[in-house]
Amino acid sequence: MDAARHAAVFVIQRLLQALGVMLVILVIAFAIRSSLGDPVRELTGQAASESERTALRHELGLDRSWPAQLLDYLKGAAQGDLGTSYIYKRPTVAVILDKFPASFELVLAASLIVAVLALPGGIAAAVRPRSWTAKLILSVSVLGVSVPVFLTGILLISLFSVLLGWLPAFGRGEVVSIGGWETSFLSLDGLAHLLLPALTLSSIMLPLFVRLIRSAMLDELGRDYIRTARAKGLKPPRIWLRHGLRNAMLPIVAQGALQFGNLLAFTILTETVFQWPGMGFLFLEAVTRADIPLITTYLVAVGAIFVIANTIADLLSLALDPRVTFSEADA
Amino acid sequence: MGFLTRLLLLTSLVLAVTAAGLLAPGQSFGVSPAIAAGGKTLRMAYDADPVSLDPHEQLSGATLQMSHLLFDPLLRFDTEMKLQPRLATRWEQIDERTTRFYLRPGVKFHSGRELTANDVVWTLNRLKRSPDFKALFEPFEGARVIDNLTVDLITKKPYPLVLNLATYIFPMDQAFYSGEDERGEAKDAIVKHGASFASTHVSGTGPFMVVKREQGVKLVLKRFDDYWDKQSPGNVQRIVFTPIREPATRVAALLAGDVDFIAPVPPGDLDRLRAADCCDLITMESTRILTFELNQDRVPAFKDKRVRLAVNYAINREGIVAKIMRGFATPAGQLSPDGYAGHDPALTPRYDLAKAKDLMREAGYEDGFSITMIAPNNRYAGDYRIAQAVAAMLAKINIKVDLQAMPKAQYWQRFDAREGDMLMIGWQSDTQDSANLFEFLAMTPDPKTGYGQYNAGDYSNPEVDKLTLESQTVIDSEARAELLQRVEHILYDDGAMVPLQWQHLSWGARKGVDIGAVLNQLGMPYLGDLVIE
Repeated sequence: MDAARHAAVFVIQRLLQALGVMLVILVIAFAIRSSLGDPVRELTGQAASESERTALRHELGLDRSWPAQLLDYLKGAAQGDLGTSYIYKRPTVAVILDKFPASFELVLAASLIVAVLALPGGIAAAVRPRSWTAKLILSVSVLGVSVPVFLTGILLISLFSVLLGWLPAFGRGEVVSIGGWETSFLSLDGLAHLLLPALTLSSIMLPLFVRLIRSAMLDELGRDYIRTARAKGLKPPRIWLRHGLRNAMLPIVAQGALQFGNLLAFTILTETVFQWPGMGFLFLEAVTRADIPLITTYLVAVGAIFVIANTIADLLSLALDPRVTFSEADA
Repeated sequence: MGFLTRLLLLTSLVLAVTAAGLLAPGQSFGVSPAIAAGGKTLRMAYDADPVSLDPHEQLSGATLQMSHLLFDPLLRFDTEMKLQPRLATRWEQIDERTTRFYLRPGVKFHSGRELTANDVVWTLNRLKRSPDFKALFEPFEGARVIDNLTVDLITKKPYPLVLNLATYIFPMDQAFYSGEDERGEAKDAIVKHGASFASTHVSGTGPFMVVKREQGVKLVLKRFDDYWDKQSPGNVQRIVFTPIREPATRVAALLAGDVDFIAPVPPGDLDRLRAADCCDLITMESTRILTFELNQDRVPAFKDKRVRLAVNYAINREGIVAKIMRGFATPAGQLSPDGYAGHDPALTPRYDLAKAKDLMREAGYEDGFSITMIAPNNRYAGDYRIAQAVAAMLAKINIKVDLQAMPKAQYWQRFDAREGDMLMIGWQSDTQDSANLFEFLAMTPDPKTGYGQYNAGDYSNPEVDKLTLESQTVIDSEARAELLQRVEHILYDDGAMVPLQWQHLSWGARKGVDIGAVLNQLGMPYLGDLVIE
């Protein structure tokens, strides 16, 4: 069988899996609905009478059992209607899609920072594992995970915005719109606004990748072919980069794709500190104001992102590793 | 040079170049000079932005703040909490149920139309339809056009608070909000959970017009060229309103000069802002009372007045204000804040631990008992920490408290179900009057009339009910004040609930932004009159 067909079968399988995952998410989301808070309370002033609230609750269909509400939702979903946000008063899908570019770019920028810093850092820590540089790199990177993201953000703001006045403290600044996608990358103001949040977000992933690259490299550097290469008299940098790193890349790339999805889903804290108008911030807002339709659609969207990221990670490993084929993946 | 060193050097070089590119000396991005010359721009940040542009959709502080920018009320409370003419130039009592308002001539709506008495009548009718406002306007029978610029407000019975409620009448442009929008929906529909014409379109008579609105991100307003108030010293041409939800970031944005004006300032940052050279801090007592209610349905001991008084005596309100609120609240012994008709300075906060213990012993509860306490943790300033402190203080009279704190989204469900032995609530009177406090918090709960809706303790005293109802139709202000003060005395002597403090409001502004001149106790800055140097 040809590879293209295998690939198609693989992707279709994954799509079916994705649907299953989303259905499970939906069932859970609807089952816990009533404990997410009372949207009617959020929609009415404190002095509104109980009868007004009851009427509104009925209008929203919140007085019905959760399986009935779920069934309604699925019926709507079949026609492409995933509900209307209470606070934004627009279809939930449209609200989330509006916020997607901001989060995506934040994660992309953070990933770039991780790549630029973690690769040299990880390699350095692997080739001279006992040197002080290696120890310094490892301990500094530990700092990244041990300081809460929230605090990292506030510290960066205090330093670069308040004390030095170099960078803005909040928001996305000026964005350039390209075919409906609003990007921060094409204006200086946009980039300046992006830098601190991206640094903050990268601080979570940086240590992970430094360690990952280090251990993958250590693994490869201990192998026979490296010893052979050394014996042949090749220069160390060539051995590290052309031989060691190339083979070590496989798990790193797979992890990278997985963590990219992870970052996208967990931008909530960073976005809150920087008032970054992305999906994470939107989610927190929805939870605080008990915007149940928006919470539901967000959970489904995050489920979809995870499945997609996983699929891409698998496809990447397949493409990179000649030892694995689609038929094996099928088995 | 070893490979390793080279690698490190290279990396640092890349980083340095990137950094230098972004942070070229003398340049700072997004930190444009706080106030540009010429047309003044005010960049402000609140914790949230209005959910809707419809002034009748939700009765909340955020809605009213917005209303004062885009609309104008018939009259308003000035910075001294005195009534000030706005769209009504004067008013007079015609008979005991009718108040006549004379409208200011030549007032223009944003649409270009002129304000007439018809707009006022139309607006009152819409208020009486609004799920959130209808209760407030229940005493009103309606309004009647006398001539183009004269309108009568008629109440069902003699009603002492007509003028207070006139501050809630922000005339809307009848013609603008009439008819159907492109989806075939009525333009004047009040929709709480979906799109409506009025939630995204505005024509008011206010000092500002909406230029751009990106919900949750930015609201841009510009001054209305034909604004009627030419006497106003206000020189703000443009307002850029950004919500910044995280308090620490909000303060940082002000200190960094990214915004000119913020509210609220978190208690933890008050000292920092007060000390900052760049900025001014303004705080003011608000009219919001924070209190605990004692649930008599669930705790038999709370039916005993001596136990309720013991609880009141056991709590060190001064201590809570000093330690937790850093002086950012006023200890309370009654519900009505200073300035309200029902306020009696003699009703000072109690605190006497020995007396509290005596009362517990007298009531037969020397060994105490266990109760649950519920409180929100993101609704009022210091809410959770105050609850913790109260719980610790009650332990001293052997009342063991199991405190459960939760976000406001979950809290009100629990509160409405009365699921707690001690329940925290903050209340701000919509009418700027004591009777409203008693109606909601102290009167015997009655689902039919709606009185006592937030009296989760189920405290009931026929005298309180009678006096409060009586006050609703007494026009003479002195006689009325006496009634209301009598209620406060009864509540105080009964230990009906546990008033803790009146919370304070806080604003921070860059120097040169004269925000102090346009603020009042209601927390609604009149930015139309703001002067920026």
